[in-house]
Amino acid sequence: MIATILDILIVASLAVGALFILVGSFGLLKLDNCMSRLHAPTKASTLGIGSLLVASMLNAFAYGDGSLNEVLIMAFLFVTAPITGNFISKTHLHGRRKHTDVPPPPQDKIWATDAKNTGA
Amino acid sequence: MPLRLLYRIFPHPILTLILVVVWCLLQNTITLGTVVMGLILGFIIPITTAAYWPNRPPLPKPWRLVNYLALVMWDVVVANIEVARIVLFKSNAAMQPNWVVIPLDLRTPEAITMLAGTITLTPGTVSADLSADGTALLVHALDAPDPDAVRDDIKARYESRLKRIFEE
Repeated sequence: MIATILDILIVASLAVGALFILVGSFGLLKLDNCMSRLHAPTKASTLGIGSLLVASMLNAFAYGDGSLNEVLIMAFLFVTAPITGNFISKTHLHGRRKHTDVPPPPQDKIWATDAKNTGA
Repeated sequence: MPLRLLYRIFPHPILTLILVVVWCLLQNTITLGTVVMGLILGFIIPITTAAYWPNRPPLPKPWRLVNYLALVMWDVVVANIEVARIVLFKSNAAMQPNWVVIPLDLRTPEAITMLAGTITLTPGTVSADLSADGTALLVHALDAPDPDAVRDDIKARYESRLKRIFEE
């Protein structure tokens, strides 16, 4: 009985994970500009991979010795995904042609990406 | 006196603790051997990297931090469903991507980093840049007809909580 419930949970989280990764990849293809495209992989893949890892942990506890490695993968993913997104968008900001398509920060300041490296 | 000695041996106690936990998780077992090896790593790594971060980062209120992380976890799930819905059922022409400028009340670098990370992981927003003097965040929203509402929502939901955690 418990084994059946665990099996259902494992299959469900595998299916949810696969679905979200599929949507993330589809979004990457479908959306039409660089910054919008960034949204699909940074978010859809965190939950997608997260639930695949939950499935892996459940499976290990149901049929093996149990495993918590996956918690580490999730923790590192949550720390690194925003940084990847930030770097891609900074590269995008560097490559844009004109400086008027992004709103300026308040109080006549400039964005860090546009700042000249003064060596200070 | 013994506390100061302990700080001399473990200059970053929380880092040591995290290293022990990470090592046990990597080995996937908790035995005396893995804990001791973790402690050895937790002794060597903080000392060899001490030159790169001389100040101990301020310890935020742990209970509030746990509370905040739970809120963010929940929002990540909601964010994924939301973004999936936009991606699947909204045409590119109907989408209104927008830049949002968020003036910051936070001053602690750790708090700003956490806010930027949270924004990237939650509903339809990616943090793109920080102003040169660190007083404003540039955020890209996937589908935001009203950028001011997005700004107010982020300030009320996340920034106020982070301010209470890090700067009170």
